[in-house]
Parts: sequence; C-alpha cells; structure tokens
Amino acid sequence: MNKTVNQKAWFFVLPVLILVAFNALIPLMTVVNYSVQETFGNNAFFWSGLTWFQEILTSDRFHASLGRQLFFTFTILAIEVPLGVMIALAMPRKGIWVSVCLVLMAMPLLIPWNVVGAMWNIFGLPEIGLLGKTLNTLGFDYNYTRQPGDAWFTLILMDVWHWTSLVVLLAYAGLVSIPDDYYQAAKIDGASSWAVFRYIQLPKMKRVLTIAILLRFMDSFNIYTEPSVLTGGGPGNSTTLLSIDLVKIALGQFDLGPAAAMSLIYFLVILLTSWVFYAVMTRDEED
Amino acid sequence: MARITLSNLRHSYLDNPVSEDDWALKQLDINWEDGGAFALLGPSGCGKTTLLNLISGLLVPSQGDILFDGESVTNQTPEERHIAQVFQFPVVYDTMTVYDNLAFPLRNRKVSEDIIAQRVAEVAEMTDLTGMLNKRASGLTADGKQKISLGRGLVRTDVNAILFDEPLTVIDPHLKFQLRAKLKELHSRVSNTMIYVTHDQTEALTFADTVIVMNAGEVVQVGTPKDLFEKPAHTFVGHFIGSPGMNILPCNIDNGKAYLGSSQIKTDNRATKGVTNAEIGVRPEFVSFESKGLDVKITKVNDVGRFKIVEVDLMGHSVKLLMGEEQSIPAENAKIEFNPKFTRIYANSHLCEQER
Amino acid sequence: MRRHTWIIPTVYIIFLMLPIYWLVSMSFKTTNEILGSFTLWPQDFTLENYRTIFTDPTWYNGYINSIIYVSINTVLSVAVALPAAYAFSRYRFLGDKHLFFWLLTNRMAPAAVFALPFFQLYSAVGIFDTHLAVALAHTLFNIPLAVWILEGFMSSVPKQLDETAYIDGYSFPAFFTKIFIPTIGAGIGVAAFFCFMFSWVELLLAKTLTAVAAKPIAATMTKTASSSGYELGLLAAAGTLTIIPGAIVIYFVRNYIAKGFALGRV
Repeated sequence: MNKTVNQKAWFFVLPVLILVAFNALIPLMTVVNYSVQETFGNNAFFWSGLTWFQEILTSDRFHASLGRQLFFTFTILAIEVPLGVMIALAMPRKGIWVSVCLVLMAMPLLIPWNVVGAMWNIFGLPEIGLLGKTLNTLGFDYNYTRQPGDAWFTLILMDVWHWTSLVVLLAYAGLVSIPDDYYQAAKIDGASSWAVFRYIQLPKMKRVLTIAILLRFMDSFNIYTEPSVLTGGGPGNSTTLLSIDLVKIALGQFDLGPAAAMSLIYFLVILLTSWVFYAVMTRDEED
Repeated sequence: MARITLSNLRHSYLDNPVSEDDWALKQLDINWEDGGAFALLGPSGCGKTTLLNLISGLLVPSQGDILFDGESVTNQTPEERHIAQVFQFPVVYDTMTVYDNLAFPLRNRKVSEDIIAQRVAEVAEMTDLTGMLNKRASGLTADGKQKISLGRGLVRTDVNAILFDEPLTVIDPHLKFQLRAKLKELHSRVSNTMIYVTHDQTEALTFADTVIVMNAGEVVQVGTPKDLFEKPAHTFVGHFIGSPGMNILPCNIDNGKAYLGSSQIKTDNRATKGVTNAEIGVRPEFVSFESKGLDVKITKVNDVGRFKIVEVDLMGHSVKLLMGEEQSIPAENAKIEFNPKFTRIYANSHLCEQER
Repeated sequence: MRRHTWIIPTVYIIFLMLPIYWLVSMSFKTTNEILGSFTLWPQDFTLENYRTIFTDPTWYNGYINSIIYVSINTVLSVAVALPAAYAFSRYRFLGDKHLFFWLLTNRMAPAAVFALPFFQLYSAVGIFDTHLAVALAHTLFNIPLAVWILEGFMSSVPKQLDETAYIDGYSFPAFFTKIFIPTIGAGIGVAAFFCFMFSWVELLLAKTLTAVAAKPIAATMTKTASSSGYELGLLAAAGTLTIIPGAIVIYFVRNYIAKGFALGRV
C-alpha cells in the first residue's frame, strides 16, 4: 500500500509512546544505573564501572543457568514446532470439529501460569498424581522432586502441554489460507503428499511459523512462573533457568548490581538472537 | 489425447437431492471429439466449473458416466485420467524456479532428467518462458504465472485433455488478447483436446471450434460460433451471445405462421402445432429500416463507434437495430423489416425445429 | 491415510485434557481422599472446597482483583493501540520503522528483569498495590502486541475506504469511530483477546506489584499453598475456577484466533 508521508501521525503514536516509554525506559534506566554501581546498604552507591558485567560473564553460575536455559529452549522448540505442524496438518478444515478442536486446544494458553505449574505439580506427584502414579505403577522409578532427570522430563512435558497449541493455531492459520486450487493443481500434477507438504504447505506456512518460533523462543527464554511453581529450580539447581536465577539474586539476595548486570545481558541475548533469527528467516523474501 | 463422452451425467453437491433445483448439473449427454477446442460458456453459477471438475476428476458425479475413448474413467483420480488444468487464479510453486515448476509434473512421474530437460526446453519455447527459466516463479507477473500453469500441462506427453477454468480473469486487459492468441496457436501446434470455461463470449467464440452454452445446470446449445450467432437454439443463447442480444417479441401463431398484431412476419421456421408462449427472435444485425414494413417510433440512438444501436418502439415493444456508421436514420414514418432468413419462432424459449 | 488423521488431534486433545481433568476431579475430593488413596474419580464427592472459596473474602476478592486489572489493561491497551496502529498502517513518518521495531522489542523483555524496577517505580509514584499498577505494567507487553495485530488488520482494509469517507464529508473522528472501527471489529476482538490472555495468565509482575488490596487470585493460591499447609483440594478448586473465564473467552473468539495470527505482519 502506498503510504502518505505525514509527520502529524506522531500524535497518533504519542499515547503509546508515552505509556511504553514510562514502562520501559525508566525501569531500564534504573537497571542500567544499578548495573554500574556497588552498594553496601543504606542507599549508599558507589561507581563500580563494568565490574558486575565482568563478574557475571565469567561466573560459573551464570554459565550454568544460561546453558540450562539454552538446553530447555532448544529442546522445547525441537519438540513443539514439528509436533504443532503435524497436528495442524491432521486437523479438520471444515465443520463443527474445527471449533471443537480450536477451543479445546487453546485452553492451556489461558490458564494462569502458576496454575499450570501447580496443576503439573499435582499431576506428577508419585503417590497421588495421575502421571506420577501411572509411571511408577508401570515400573519406572519416577520422582521429579528428587531426580533431576525426572524434573527435566516433567518440565519439558509441561511446556509441550502448555505451548504446543500456540504453534498449532499459527500453523493452522497458515494452512487454511491456502486456496483449494493449489491442492487441486498438485493433485493434477501427480504430487505425493510429501511434495504437497514440501512445496505448497510449508512455503505458505513459513511466515506464521517464523512468528511461532520467534514467540516460542522469546517466551521460553523468559519463562519463570511455571518452573518456579513446579520445581522451584530444583532438585538442587538442576532446573534453575535464567529467570529463576535472576529472581533468586535480585529478590532473594538483594544483590542489585549483579542482578541488574545479568538482566541487561539476558535482555541483550534475547534481542540479538531474535534479530538474527528474524533476519535469516526473512532474508530471501526481498527479491 | 482422447474423445470425451459424458453419458447421462448429473451432479449435486447435496447428499440427497430432492427438487430439481438441488442439482448443480442436470442431465448431460455430450460427445467431444479428440483434439478439438471446446468452450463452456455461461453466466456465473450455471454449473460450468462443476462440469469441468467432474471431467478432471476433482469431483465424482452423483450419477452417470464419463468416458475417455469409450472407457469409463468415472471413478479414476485426476492423475489416472491424465488431465491437465489451468485455474482461474494462477497456481505456481513459489519456492521453485520456473524450470522446476515446469519439470514438477514429470519429476512426480519419475521421468529421467534428460527427457525432462528436453521437454521443458520445448515447452518453455512454446510459452515464451525460455528467458526466465532460472527465475523464481513467485516473481513473475500474473500472465507469466498462467503460462507456467499451462506449461505444466503441456510438458506431459500423456495428457488426455487440458482444461481451462476462466484462465484470463486476473490478466491485464491488454495481455488478454495476446494470451488468447497464444492459446489458439498452441492448440493448433499440439492438437490436444482443450476445454475452456468462461463467462466471456468473446473468449469462447474466438478460442473454440465448438461452444457449449450452459444455463442453470443445463446445456442449452452445442454448436460452432457461427451457429450460436445465426441460429440460436434457445432465447437464452440469443440473449447471452451477441452485443446487444437478440430481440425477442411475443407473437401470435396462426397455422404455423407468426403474426405481430395483424402483420405476418416471414420467418425461417414454422411453429409446430399447438405451441404456447410463442416468440419471434431476430438479432439487431438483421433488422433494418426499409421503405415499407412495420411502423415504428424511434426512441433512442446510441452511437458506439463503428456502428449505431437504434432503439425503436414496435407496438409497445422495444426493438434494437444495428446500423453502419454511414447509414442514415429516417426522420419520420420509420418502418422496419426483419431479414426472414434470420428470423425465427421460439416456443417456451426453445426454437421450433420444423423447417419451412 | 487421510481417513485416519483424526487420531492425531484426538490423542493430542486427550493429552491436553488429562492434567485439567486431574485438577478438576481433585477439586471435588476431600483432603482425606486426596492424601489417603489414589482414586481416578471422586469417591466421596464434595463441594466443600468451592464453598470455602465463595464464602471467604480473601479468596473471592482475588478473583475480583484479577478481573478488574485485566479489564483495565485490555481497555487501555486497545484504546491507545488503535490510533497508533492506524498511523503505522496509513502513514509514513520520521522514525516509523524504528519505532515499530522498538515497540516489539518490549514484547521480548523478560518480566523477571522488570520486576524490581517496576516495584520501585510504582512505589515512587504511589500506585503500588493498586489495580492500576498491574494494568500499567502489563501494557508494556500488551501494547506492542495490540499494535502489531491491529496494524495487520488495518492494512488489509483498502485505503479507498478512508478516501471515500472523506469525500462523503466525514470528519476524521467521525470516520474513525463510525466507519473504521466497525470495519476492523474482528481485529479489535482478536487484539482484546490477546491482551486479556496475557494479563490473565501473568503472575510474576502481578504478584510483585501487589500486597493486599489488589492481590490477584493466582497469587492468593501460592500464598495459601505455603501458609496453610497442603490444602490440595482447595488449591485445585481455585485453579479450576481460574480456567473458566479463559474458556468462556476462547469460545467467543474461536473463529478469529487463527485469523488474528495470520494477519499480523512479521
């Protein structure tokens, strides 16, 4: 669409700008401020330069949380994206079952995050939870509060449960926007179902899948409430993801300097990764 | 390539059609000779796309048979029928190059790459795509994309027929003419059976040797463009084809002859005994001002370039005449005559088939 | 093959429903039954847990608080996002692209990063522990999303609509409220849905910014779980009740959810 140049449009954007700036810039400046200062309590602050950044970037604790975070994010992406696409492909396209599927599948998305955590906490309990009891009855020695492997299994299963539907909804939106003619042409050209997927469905879903992966990447990197309710980062530190670590430092130990420095690094990692991913995914759309 | 026969074909989109209106297609029996260029012409919703999808195998008919060279293909898939189809909105595989698009149907059929290269080169030359083979298909204009769709049909050697579903809808007007000429030329080169669906009479009449006019799920006439123009079998055809359409005037019948008021009108055919709802049909091209004939009052003159459309009032009915630019319109006491060779009697909208 | 594909969504939906079923069934069990034996459905069916929630103000106030701040947030986010999305979809202006991208980056901000600064900022301006505080905090994430969704919907409305309206003599405000907003009604519905959704499910900020007066239901649950021992039945009942508003909202927008995603631009 040809847009007209109109500098007065700034007035339309102004309310948004003021609100978001108030909410984003002031807190961000606070964080930057803390990140370069040292405090010994009593509201006395001293300039400390980039020491906090240095300390965080070289600390084993940060490396460990970042590693766990990356492992978590890539695992859930590797499961949720293909699974979501597969379910979207198998969903009906017309009739009342579409509504039934959409409504039921969207349900996990609208449950408060701590309820999700609590629900899985109960669901997985070895003695009284359906999942825990079933696994133990089947002969698995399952206890997510004691064994790190089980904790990870539960954490990932919970995230798959919670968020796969988002990928399904997005992929489905992409699929239903493909005109019937494409399928008919492919039928006439003798294309196999794999070829239909590879050359029609996947290219048409690319845009929505980009959104899905970006959203899932950002949200899984920011995840706090669900794991904190489910495992509280434990057993030990085995499921302490970045957010959980950050909150432990900031609100638990009130180490404002390191927490602020870590916040900034954390935010930058997300921004940078999202930007690189976005640039790669949209690279060949320009020609 | 094949002769296509539709035998006793009916189709409804409902599971249990009850009334006559539930049928999208009512009772069809058509025989299409091998290698012909056919057009299915009719207004939107007349069932022509339904018929096309039945032939291609995208739909299975509720009743009747479809035969290719005398063999039933009614229950075969589009692939088994060896049909190619070009759709209203261009379908190209966006991520592939033009070359890969053209090669796609062959690759799906496991044809070897050398033969593919040779076929694609041939087809690209025919469809003027040679210079763009290495471009991404998504970057082409609408007419280029339609050429790719067409090329995907032409590239196959096993094609029984190529079907076109209003293929020029999204093409720019100045390119429509070119692409139509291209289609006509390709037909004479490859002599495939081609079936072309459209609601545009110019497209149908210029493309096809045989035009099938459809209305409300029924075939109203099958004929050459000349037949449709000179001898419409149904008042719908007279009205739908030609611009302006045929004049249709209610008349009285006496002893097989037509009368408008008290004047007898000479016609090409005679009315069958006991007809009701008789009408006279004559095209504006075959009405002229004469020194004697039926008295009329001129109500409107429309100058449309190379000719004039004159509207006159004949006993309360409006009649249109087509006149050359240089012909003059009588100032008063205007009289018109119908050319008897092209004036016919219709009863209940159908042509009375008894020759004089 | 196509004939059996219904199995995949069916199995998936069963997987989704199992934990929910467990929560709901637990909410109808007595504490004794929960802790004492493993039962697939309530043997000793009770509504006691729900009675507690509906009679105890600390519980039901939580619901009221949540609904208040979610509503404020949704209305506020959509109201300011509307003109901004219109500007992005119709005009070019200095820094428009950078501004749009900057807005989206806020959607990426980890809530954990902002928890403490928000606490200090809102305490400083004196709105700590009010519904407004939570609503404002959530706008940081919801405004970018609302602008993004609305911009997608607005861009699919041809500009000729605006021009025709001006030719017909509409002033801009009249055009915007009487013609444009009804035209993109579906988009507003979708944007409001996503604002509702995020604000309803988020807890970290909501918990940090409230103490008593505006405490959300979800936070009440966490407090109860730790303070009064393990009252699992009560917890399950409260959890079940938090699912209901979401389910109702989804039902109303079911036909637009997929569309809203498809129209947003990347």
